[in-house]
Formats: sequence, structure tokens, C-alpha cells
Amino acid sequence: MAMTNLEKYDKAFMVNLKVKKEELPGLKYQGIASWDSVGHMDLISDLEEAFGIMMETVDVMDFNTYEHGKEVLAKYDVKIE
Amino acid sequence: MAYYDEYHKYGDEPIGIEPGGKAATYRDLENLSREMGESIGGRTLVFAFCKNTIGSMLGYLSFLENRVVPLLLDAHINRELADELIRTYRPAYLYVPKEQETEWEGEAVLERYGYILLRTKHPKEIPLYEGLALLLTTSGSTGSPKLVRQSYENIQSNAQSIAEYLKLDASERPITTLPMNYTYGLSIINSHVWKGAAVLLTTKTLFEKEFWEFFQEEQATSFGGVPYTYEMLKKLRFFRMDLPSLRTMTQAGGKLAPNLHREFAEYAAREGKQFVVMYGQTEATARMAYLPPERSLEKYGSMGIAIPGGSFTLIDVDGQPIDKPDVVGELVYEGPNVTLGYALSQEDLSKGDERGGRLVTGDMARMDEDGYFYIVGRKKRFLKIYGNRVNLDEAQRMVKEAYQDWDCACTGVDDHMDVYITSPRAEDREAVAAFLSEKTRLNQKAFTVYSISQIPKNEAGKTLYKELRP
Repeated sequence: MAMTNLEKYDKAFMVNLKVKKEELPGLKYQGIASWDSVGHMDLISDLEEAFGIMMETVDVMDFNTYEHGKEVLAKYDVKIE
Repeated sequence: MAYYDEYHKYGDEPIGIEPGGKAATYRDLENLSREMGESIGGRTLVFAFCKNTIGSMLGYLSFLENRVVPLLLDAHINRELADELIRTYRPAYLYVPKEQETEWEGEAVLERYGYILLRTKHPKEIPLYEGLALLLTTSGSTGSPKLVRQSYENIQSNAQSIAEYLKLDASERPITTLPMNYTYGLSIINSHVWKGAAVLLTTKTLFEKEFWEFFQEEQATSFGGVPYTYEMLKKLRFFRMDLPSLRTMTQAGGKLAPNLHREFAEYAAREGKQFVVMYGQTEATARMAYLPPERSLEKYGSMGIAIPGGSFTLIDVDGQPIDKPDVVGELVYEGPNVTLGYALSQEDLSKGDERGGRLVTGDMARMDEDGYFYIVGRKKRFLKIYGNRVNLDEAQRMVKEAYQDWDCACTGVDDHMDVYITSPRAEDREAVAAFLSEKTRLNQKAFTVYSISQIPKNEAGKTLYKELRP
């Protein structure tokens, strides 16, 4: 069965930031060691690839929490649900 | 220290500005220096836990003013490493961010600009070489107690030389992108304060919009970056940003990929900005070479020529100077910014100048017909990961100590370490990557761990790194 957008979204976080599913809610940029600038850029590239989008610089920087990231992606018509 | 007259001259001009409009002037530094002098009252050792804030920067400068010797460490340093350094060097004072006050032992003696000076239980009077000004770590991350001893002359001559070749004046406003306990970040502070400029201090990174808002609001004129910074800036579509106040971008902390060098040089040429590739080491205070920006495009891939007051020679395996172009040799630098030497213990702080102004860099280089230098390799076993020097032998030792059941060898290229372990288990590979990330404070993605049946060694037991394959 194909992955839902939410599954793809969660997977990008879990793979790039080495976190478990239950740790995702409330996750913040620089809130954990793995979500530093290195983890951030890889997370963004994976999301861009997974959803076939190219994010603007301001959105790359605005993407700062697990929850808010969903709103950022909504700008690109990607619904995380 | 000789900075004093300069500070006095700049008076009410800003020295540091933080987001939200918080600023301090050169006169504030004079006042803090006086208070610091009264609180400490004599030459001694202090550990300063740094952040890019006014309190951290003014504290450092006032230690220099008072001839108090600081060791600069990151405020977010691994606690065990900090404790180990404290046991080894026994500082009489700790200078810490206010929010960390309860984490450290000591009696608070002064609180200013969000920083607290704590008096520890260690004796104040210790033998310190008269020229010794400052201590910096060599590879802050792997727990080595090895420090670089820098003199007042080192700091001053390097700051002056940098200000000269970058043509700095009081109108400059560099924005912080590097930690101030890192020699390159510190050199930006030293060279600009020398000229009476204001440093824009932020704890935000290039990846946060608050950084760019602050940049625009305070009209930043320059920033510095390590190779990794420039890779990320390209990914952030930096070339499309509108940054009218930006005049200069500098690069150091490792060799930039030639194509990236060219792209940034082209951008600078197109936009009327300067892109300055540079070369240095903590052992040379900070800087040894720079590529004049007007030749950045023509000579991309080169780290340039020696800074004003310094000179290079290349030597062959017998230590003889090489006088022909395009022959690779080990790079030797001479200049007043060559540091005194290393320290491994508090006792070493009484040692004088062990280098006599000459530094054998450990880097292999060649010179072209016009006298421009190109780094081609490295003699010693270390990598630069995101601009941080990581010693491969130390990383290996740490892993072996933590996991005594199997053997380990570390190798790799800049920005990526390959770790080989003789355990076949995936959990062990994962644990080693997490362990190295935790110890070095570098993202785990910098480490790839492979399982192999045994580490290849020669008959004498020396590891054959070139034969390591996944």
C-alpha cells in the first residue's frame, strides 16, 4: 500500500533526525542534538524530494517545528494528513 | 594591554549590538574592564564559557585588558570534557552565562550583561608566562586537554594584519556566524574591535529567519563561513537573496571545493561584493594566508598568499626548501602570529615561546608561478568536520576506551568520518555513531560506521588505513 503524506512526513523526520514516532510531537529546530543545521538541510531535501517541491529560502527557515512544518508544506499544496 | 588607548579613542561608539537593539559601547568595555580588574585583582587563569552575546565578548576583552588569561570554551561544551579541563588546569575563576549559574561550583563575584564571574576553590596565584594572553582548544571536541598558548603579540599582530588586508574600518558591521571560542570567529572580533567597528552578535544561525532579519535591520557588512557554511548557503539559494549592505564574505576553516569557490567568486564579482578565501590554524593565532578578492575568480582553488608580516616556504621530506613552482611540499609559515606552543597541564602555562615564530603546518601544498599557494593534502591524521578539527587517532581512542570488546579504526574525508569496528552488530554501529556524535557535538550524519572482520595491520601492528574498505 502506498504511504500517506503523513507517513512520508514522519519518516523524513525519523530517518534524518534519528527520532522515534512518539518523539515527533513538539519537536523543535535545535531542540535536540540531531536537529541542528546539518539535520535540518537533509530533512528539507528529503521532504522536497518526497513531495516533489522546491521550497523558498524563507520557508526553509520558517520550518522550525514538527507541527509548523505541516503549515509550511500546505503553502505548496501538500496536505499532511 | 595595548588595546587600551584604542578603546579610549572609540568612546561612545557601539562595540557590540544584539537583536532587539541592545548595544554596548567601547566605554562600556572600559567600565567593565575596570570592574573586572577590581574583582579579580591580578594575573590568573579563568575559563570563559562563550556565546555570541555582549556579555561573552566584553568579558573576553576585559580579561585581555587586565592580563587575566582566559581559556575560551563553548557554553554548550560537553560537561564531562569541561570537568576534565577544570581538573587539569584548575582555573581560579569561571565566567559563565547567568542561566548556567547553578550548574557550576563557585562564589559569584561579579554579574554583568547576563554573565557571572564565579570564584572557584582553586588557588589564584599560579605561574603564568608573562607573554601568555589566551588559551584555545585544538580540537575542542575529542576531549584532548591540549591547548594552544597565544601571546598578546600574537593576537595583536594577527588582528592588525587581518584589518590591513581586509581594509577594515569603523564602518564595518560583521555579523557572527561562528562561535567566538573558535579561532576564526574570535579573529573576526579581534580585527574589528581593533578598528573600532561594531560586532553584530547573535546566537541564531544562518538557518533561522531571525538571523536574516537581524542582518537586514542592523545592515551587516560581512560574515565568515567554513566550507560547510558555503555549501549550505548555496542550498538555501543564497544567490537569490537581496543583501544590499553586504560587502564581504570570508571563508576559512578548511579547503572549499574549487567549484563552490568559483560560484561564490562569480556571485561576488556580479554583485560588487568581495569573496575572500583564507587559510589559517589556531597554532598561527588564526590567519596565515588570504586570496586577494580581486584575484578570487582567476585563482579559484587557491588559498592565496601570506598575510602582511608573514611568509611561507615549502619544504621537502628532508626539510630542504623547494624553490620551483608546482612541486608539492610541506607548508612552513613564519610570522609574529605563530603561537608560543601547546599546553597539556597547568604547569605548561609557565612555558615561554617554543616555536620562535616558525610553524610547520602539517599541510601539504604547492605554489604556482605567480606565488599563489594551493593546499593539496594533510600530513597529520585529522579531519575538518563542519570546520572543526577532529583528530582521527583521538576519536579511535575514545571508541576503543568505551567499547573494549572490539577493535576500531577511523578514517575519512573532510566533513565525513568513516569508522570501522570489528563487531558485526547493527546496534553497535548505531551506538558508536551516536557516541561519537555525543562526544564531538557534531551531527551524527558526519559518522558512518562499518563492520569488518578485522582491522588491517602490518607486521609491526601499525594500522593500514589505506586498506580499510567497507
